[in-house]
Amino acid sequence: MIGIEHYVIVSAILFVLGVLGIFLNRKNVIILLMAIELILLSVNLNLVAFSVFLHDLVGQIFAMFVLTVAAGEAAIGLAILVIYFRGRGTIAVDDVNRMKG
Amino acid sequence: MELLRSLQITLAEEVLSISGLVLLLVAAWGGDKASRLISILSVAVLTVCALIAAPALCGSAMGPDVTAFSGQYRADAFAAFAKLLIYAGAGVTLIVAPAFFDRVRAMRAEFPLLVLFAALGMGIMVSAGDLLALYIGLELNSLASYVLASMLRSDERSAESGLKYFVLGSLASGILLYGVSLTYGFTGTTSFEGIRLALSHGLTTGATFGVVFVLAGLAFKISAAPFHMWTPDVYEGAPTPVTTFFATAPKVAALSLLMRVSLEAFGTQAHAWQQIVIFAALLSIVIGALGAIGQNNIKRLMAYSSINNVGFMLIGLACANQPGAAAMLIYLAIYVAMSVAGFVAVLMLKDADGEPVEAISDLAGLSKTRPGLAAALAAVMFSLAGIPPLFGFWGKFVVFQAAVQANLLALAAIGIAASVIGAFYYLKVVKVLYFDDATDKVTGKSDVAHTVLLVIATLFISPLGYLLTNWLHVLAGNAAAALFHVA
Repeated sequence: MIGIEHYVIVSAILFVLGVLGIFLNRKNVIILLMAIELILLSVNLNLVAFSVFLHDLVGQIFAMFVLTVAAGEAAIGLAILVIYFRGRGTIAVDDVNRMKG
Repeated sequence: MELLRSLQITLAEEVLSISGLVLLLVAAWGGDKASRLISILSVAVLTVCALIAAPALCGSAMGPDVTAFSGQYRADAFAAFAKLLIYAGAGVTLIVAPAFFDRVRAMRAEFPLLVLFAALGMGIMVSAGDLLALYIGLELNSLASYVLASMLRSDERSAESGLKYFVLGSLASGILLYGVSLTYGFTGTTSFEGIRLALSHGLTTGATFGVVFVLAGLAFKISAAPFHMWTPDVYEGAPTPVTTFFATAPKVAALSLLMRVSLEAFGTQAHAWQQIVIFAALLSIVIGALGAIGQNNIKRLMAYSSINNVGFMLIGLACANQPGAAAMLIYLAIYVAMSVAGFVAVLMLKDADGEPVEAISDLAGLSKTRPGLAAALAAVMFSLAGIPPLFGFWGKFVVFQAAVQANLLALAAIGIAASVIGAFYYLKVVKVLYFDDATDKVTGKSDVAHTVLLVIATLFISPLGYLLTNWLHVLAGNAAAALFHVA
């Protein structure tokens, strides 16, 4: 029987993977965007699982809002990435270092 | 009936969003030529919204009278206090921006609109009565802010700061959201009152994780250590009017939201988050003070100073009582004035070609070439350091007083000691301004609007500001009382 714990554990693993993806990745900014999406999806899994478990619709409505905002966030992220690439000609994470200190 | 009542309570947000959309159409048809007109109209809209929000600050209406959309939204005195500061910060940004962007021909019609939508998001944040409203407001503000940071598309530093702000800001939103999902799962509700009720019986492990994640996400947004690393880069890279905006309005919104969440939703479990807040406060004060030493870019210096100041404000939150919250709000109001004065002064530092001068070493001898500007900058530095005759001292004083009254003696003592360390780099700037040999770098002419704003903000942080203390105390007391009416 799959219970609420399983969902929470899977979502926690996804969340940790997302956070690690942001901090360990040294290659490509696109991977950062994917890691952010992973974090948001882990949250959605949590919300929907809790919503079913609690017999409460709020969680699923919340998940809808998160999905919508995530789409807007990805669009803005890619737009910023495009203007960054136009200026620098690279999207490697290690090159994002014009400012330091 | 219920809908009509709700619509009436949320009037400030409606005015802001509808006029934002109308102005968006004006921008679509008028193009960048219309940007000046849109800026002026946006300032007018913000003024109208401030007038709509202000009455709630003086009244004592609480509870169901000010709650709209079945608890999602609340227009109480606390929200009004924060909103006035937010609208002021956004208005200042709109006033100072045209002169800055016109020089590089980058004044775009979207700029005032993005500021308006960010202000709308921040208004929702401070009025949120539910985790869902909190999230929507926060994202509306953040998404607009990411674009604002990378507004100067031709400038590599601006694009880089936008990228950094976006990645770390989204990570913060993700962490916050994960905390929200855990809080929802372990308390069974997303409304602040429901969470408060559910937590009054004790804290489960899952709910503890929820609280910690929510606080960590918000700490990112207010740039409290250990989540401060984006601040110096974003402050340095973003165009200076945008930095002015970041240092004022979003900071007010995120700090108010943090107060609302910790004192209202998690209020019955204060001991659980008090240690986190104390830790973040001390770390922010120390990192802000030490990190600023050795910086040569004035915007970076102001970034570390803002980390430092957030630490002092968190001391007020750590008290977890009404005087502490009131002290924090007073500090917040004074801090907004100091930031406005500081960044407008930075905006006025231009060389003969109108290029911005940002290196502190280039400011040497400013007191001889531009005595008025140097005096204003020195007043800001002394005020940020909390040196007595200036108004910045009062903010630190009330916060430490609240901490002592709440028996947080050690926290207050360490805070005072660290503020002495912090005084070192503020005074270093004053030394460069007044005692170093003149370099005559800063020779550019200043805009009238900048001068007027600088004079007003400097007068506010000057000893004349003390004339306002009674008034400020009443308003902040009123606002803090609204937070504690359920307790």
